[in-house]
Amino acid sequence: MTRRAAEGPETSVGSPVEAAFREEHGRLLAALVHRFGDLDLAEEVAAEAIEAALTHWPVDGVPSKPGAWLLTTARRRAVDRLRRDKTYATRIAVLQAEADRAEPAPRVEGGGLPDERLELFFTCAHPALPADERVALMLRCLAGLTTTEVARAFLVPSATMGQRIVRAKKKIRVARIPFRVPDAEELPTRLPGVLQVIYSIFTEGYAASSGPQLQRLDLAEEAIRLARILRSLLPGEREIAGLLGLLLSVHARRAARSGPHGEIVLLDEQDRGRWDRPMIDEGRALVVRSLTGGKPGPYGVQAAIAALHNEASGVEATDWPQIVALYDVLVGLAPSPIVAMNRAVAVAMRDGPAAGLALLAELADEPLLRRHAPFRTVQGDLLSRLGRHAEAADSFRRALELAGSEPEQDHLRRRIAAAEQQSGSAGPMAD
Amino acid sequence: MKYMLLITADTGPDATQNECSVEEWLSFDAAAKDAGVLVDSAQLADLTTATAVHVDSAGNRTITDGPFTESREVLGGYYVIDVPNLDVALDWAARCPGARDGGSLVVRPVAEF
Repeated sequence: MTRRAAEGPETSVGSPVEAAFREEHGRLLAALVHRFGDLDLAEEVAAEAIEAALTHWPVDGVPSKPGAWLLTTARRRAVDRLRRDKTYATRIAVLQAEADRAEPAPRVEGGGLPDERLELFFTCAHPALPADERVALMLRCLAGLTTTEVARAFLVPSATMGQRIVRAKKKIRVARIPFRVPDAEELPTRLPGVLQVIYSIFTEGYAASSGPQLQRLDLAEEAIRLARILRSLLPGEREIAGLLGLLLSVHARRAARSGPHGEIVLLDEQDRGRWDRPMIDEGRALVVRSLTGGKPGPYGVQAAIAALHNEASGVEATDWPQIVALYDVLVGLAPSPIVAMNRAVAVAMRDGPAAGLALLAELADEPLLRRHAPFRTVQGDLLSRLGRHAEAADSFRRALELAGSEPEQDHLRRRIAAAEQQSGSAGPMAD
Repeated sequence: MKYMLLITADTGPDATQNECSVEEWLSFDAAAKDAGVLVDSAQLADLTTATAVHVDSAGNRTITDGPFTESREVLGGYYVIDVPNLDVALDWAARCPGARDGGSLVVRPVAEF
């Protein structure tokens, strides 16, 4: 087997074909994991089946049921491998027997292949795995990204990402983290972990923590794709609708968020004509869905806030009282210093910068915010709106020390320069 | 698959008193036995009764009063259970009275050879 096969579908294949295989990969992998209970074996034979397809399909034509063809091919390879390796076979047999004992038979819907990706979602997001390993596994197994691509996306060396994935897989195997969908009782406690992983992937795509680019659109799009898959698997869960609605509502502004040279364009300066209207509409429909019936969840409320921004023709026309009210709800549902900070910004827009600044002052000792660049940026922004330019420059300087991506740093340098100029011209030494 | 549940108690000055009654421990014991998952369990005697043995590369044996744990968390007892997977092991760990009132349980798979 070649190195490329071990890495799964690669970028050397044409783009539409690559996309098709990426789409099939998660489904195929999930079916194989369900059957054999072994992630490594499933990955290897899935990659072999995809490689076989790349060899045969251009010659013999694409089969009528490509998914079934891939699964059959991969299963045969797995069985061959198990026959060759007796000790492995024993272990797999034990695993399978226990899996059968612990779980109901796989569901088969409407003649299609059973979709076992939900099991894989919960395995990748298992709370027994560290957060960065969960993200890596989900991109690797469900988004079908290669280890190299996942490493590139998170700006870590490929070897580091490789180790993370190997460690996660080892823990799944040795500690025997089960491939299973939590039952209805457990779901409310386990689903937020899955949503959190998808949200983390999106957040890194929305505002890269370091590097030359502000946004990593490919990563944001993978997160949206994962959220869509999850929604199709659990259509009744309103928080999944909320999360997808949130991601779409924010992603709809991607073209307006950065300028021609990759610089940051803040919400109040964005050309709203460049926002993606169909995506905004889809996001809004999901918000309605997520907030209809029963108690809202934190993602639904955040999606509603994003949707309100999207509906306004400009910053002044934004319904700030309603946004503050939604933040009040969010503080009750998912209190965190970051939520409190965002609420303070909304209050500043409703009641003026002094009111926002007073709320920020109450948060200054929060350990999470002390190392948080946006907190200092927001503080600097409110100070400069109050004409306190020297203090604003100080806040922007502290933000710069903490800032991640290069566009974020450039933005802060411009704000520092502007604040210094203002404070100079306002001061006694002006002329 | 066997898992060891290591029961750790916080013995620091600020530790909250473990409020679990003897009855609660007995009922957890009985539940594990009745479910057929219990392999072995024991409560360890007080930490002050512990002795540490260390053998160096020359084979010399050093015996000291120990262990000299940096943290205030002390291993107080253990269960070994035999269950199908980690989720089931975690369920049992969560039911154990030792997991409450500032205590915690660490779940370690027992290696298979």
